[in-house]
Amino acid sequence: MSKQSEMHLYAPGHSGCPGCGPSNALIQVCDTLGKDIIVVNATGCMEITSSQYPETAWRVPYIHSLFENAPAVASGVAAALKAAGNDHTKVVVIAGDGSTYDIGFGSFSGMLERGDNVLYVCYDNQLYANTGVQKSGATPYGAATTTTVVGKVHKGKETERKPIMEIVAAHGAQYCASASIAYYADLQMKLKKAKAVKGPSFVVIDAPCCLGAGFDGAITMKVSKLSVAARLWFLYEIENGQYKMNFNPANPKPVKEPLELQKRFKHLSPEQIEHIQRMANLNYETLLEKSGMKPPAAPSQPPAPPSQAPPQAPQPTPAKA
Amino acid sequence: MAVNCKLDVVACYPITPTTHLTEELNKYYADGKIPEYITVEAEFSAISALIGASATGARTFTTTGGQGLLYMHEPLFSAAGMRLPIVMLVGNRAVSSPLNIWNDEQDSISQRDTGWIQIYCKNNQEAVDTIPQAFYIAEKILLPVMVCVDGHYLTHAVEQVDVADESIVQKFLPPYKYPLKLDPENPVSLGVYANPTHYQIFREDIMKDMESSKELILEAGKKWGQLTGREYGLIREYMVADADRVIVGVGSLIDNVITVVNELRENGEKVGALHLRVFRPFPREELKKALAGKKVAVIDRDISIGGAAPIFVEVAEALNGTKAEVSSFYGGLGGRGIKRTHIRDVFEKMKKGARREWIATEAPKSAMSG
Amino acid sequence: MIIPHAKPGSSTQNLTGEWKAYMPIVTGDKCIKCGICQNFCPEGIMGEVKKIPEIDYEYCKGCSICANECPVKCIAMERVEED
Repeated sequence: MSKQSEMHLYAPGHSGCPGCGPSNALIQVCDTLGKDIIVVNATGCMEITSSQYPETAWRVPYIHSLFENAPAVASGVAAALKAAGNDHTKVVVIAGDGSTYDIGFGSFSGMLERGDNVLYVCYDNQLYANTGVQKSGATPYGAATTTTVVGKVHKGKETERKPIMEIVAAHGAQYCASASIAYYADLQMKLKKAKAVKGPSFVVIDAPCCLGAGFDGAITMKVSKLSVAARLWFLYEIENGQYKMNFNPANPKPVKEPLELQKRFKHLSPEQIEHIQRMANLNYETLLEKSGMKPPAAPSQPPAPPSQAPPQAPQPTPAKA
Repeated sequence: MAVNCKLDVVACYPITPTTHLTEELNKYYADGKIPEYITVEAEFSAISALIGASATGARTFTTTGGQGLLYMHEPLFSAAGMRLPIVMLVGNRAVSSPLNIWNDEQDSISQRDTGWIQIYCKNNQEAVDTIPQAFYIAEKILLPVMVCVDGHYLTHAVEQVDVADESIVQKFLPPYKYPLKLDPENPVSLGVYANPTHYQIFREDIMKDMESSKELILEAGKKWGQLTGREYGLIREYMVADADRVIVGVGSLIDNVITVVNELRENGEKVGALHLRVFRPFPREELKKALAGKKVAVIDRDISIGGAAPIFVEVAEALNGTKAEVSSFYGGLGGRGIKRTHIRDVFEKMKKGARREWIATEAPKSAMSG
Repeated sequence: MIIPHAKPGSSTQNLTGEWKAYMPIVTGDKCIKCGICQNFCPEGIMGEVKKIPEIDYEYCKGCSICANECPVKCIAMERVEED
């Protein structure tokens, strides 16, 4: 056994794809949080690639039950530790966006409301990867997936992503952070802060999936960096309701740059790209204002997404009274 | 009684007919007698939380019934597959749709494949005695146990019971130690993913252990008997030995059958009652021994739509080849009472050959009467 | 009685290095020890941070992130020799 393969609390030999963003996130998460944790994992790519009997890549105590119950299982683990008088071991949920935004959302909300002492880490690749790239609540507007297929009538996802940071913060979680695998020093800082919270805390990590989003694994980090630079993903924190932007993309790259690297966006019409650009700018303005970095302006209306419906037949004129 | 078992973590969600139990447990928690009580947002999360807690070395308990039990269906398999000794009290309730809060056993019988041990109590004394036995069995064989108690008939009945006090329970029940508990000092991965080569190995093992839990159930029942004077087994026979006709069932119905048996015996009829206390693991050998060659009627308060009634099917299979004549009577669903007239009727019908039919078929005069 | 479980780090039995078609070759004297490749590697097998990368080829999948992200381009991807 070489010393390199022994170095991390998440071992090599897992079956993540070459260039897998989420696999990199796991190494960062485990190493930063350290040995005194218990990981509760939801079903997903990271669970399947890491723990096929009799092998496991995890070098920390780990439990996986189902796809949608990781937060509830974590509540139970936390309660058992408390009952045993253990106040130092940190319970960490590690779940993808599928579990977090969708099927485990109710369980997640319950855990947050109860104020359980759990650090919730979401590796967000914006799709259901393990089942072959279906849309999730985290999939951005316009993206093609196998359940937002680009066809004659519908052309990719027609709704925006769930604002997960705001949802978690609205539950009263003391610390929420949005991070990226491409900015690992920032990610490590956020994980440490989240760990120190007594109560629920949340870190969502942009962890692009090369196979799912349609790009070569070699540019995984580049895609995340460009997403941040183009205001498609923000590095920020919400600490006790206070917003803080860690990186201010004041001179952003145009959204076209990260979008054109990914096959899931290759079908976008100029109207769709324009919509994405406007939303990126609007989200940026909103975040800037919430972070106290800009005085509040007149509220601007979010633009309506370009109509996907076929043109309407002309309406009959109402009969005169 | 559960509190006397020194619970560590409880996670409950209220649902009729076990709501008052979740409330009682909370009172104990509020007074510091239960260390942790998780007010989960769903029954699904209740059992999930207990999966996490049990795997971390906590003794765990919950209570539910009907829709709540159905909502737990997916994690029930997970808990059993992960070999976690969770104990749950099920207040048997009918299943939607239509919605119905009253008693039958459709909820728990439909969970018979999950890998949970199922023990049915025919009265409240049995219920309070069975809970410590459930922990004893669960923690030795590492299989979760559901203790089933008829909703409303038992959960809302007032009965004088002898609740064994804590000192007896402590003599009976050793402290809980999960062999591979989640611990940074020994970081194993639980709940792994198994491919076709390996998956069946675990399923064969759980089947084997479920079979061998029969001995443990008898051991627990005997040990409890030594401490309290009340012994328990896999089945309980009432005047079966010389009976030519026997009714078999689970739950509170059987005490009613016993009343009818006593009545008919006064008139010289050779009838008997058999309480199927343990449904999982299914006590094939014991049933065969007790009922071989007799006329048997199984009363199922549950159905399998499109097929034969579940308890009947397994009893008939056990008695296959023994010249027993097995009939199936199913009904008493959604709280519709199975009265003594129905039971007398069943004993009569058994004289005339095997049959399969509904029981308690007349609609009651008012919607609320049983 | 078997509790389905796996022993920590037992995934190292699985030598994923066999997957790669290209392997990263480091020119050590150009390396500025920035630590980027070690932090970015999805397998975590580039060795210690802030040192010249020492790659464990038994696990390297040849994803090329390291070569792509190296600020001084001291890592080159070379075709793996067929045996």
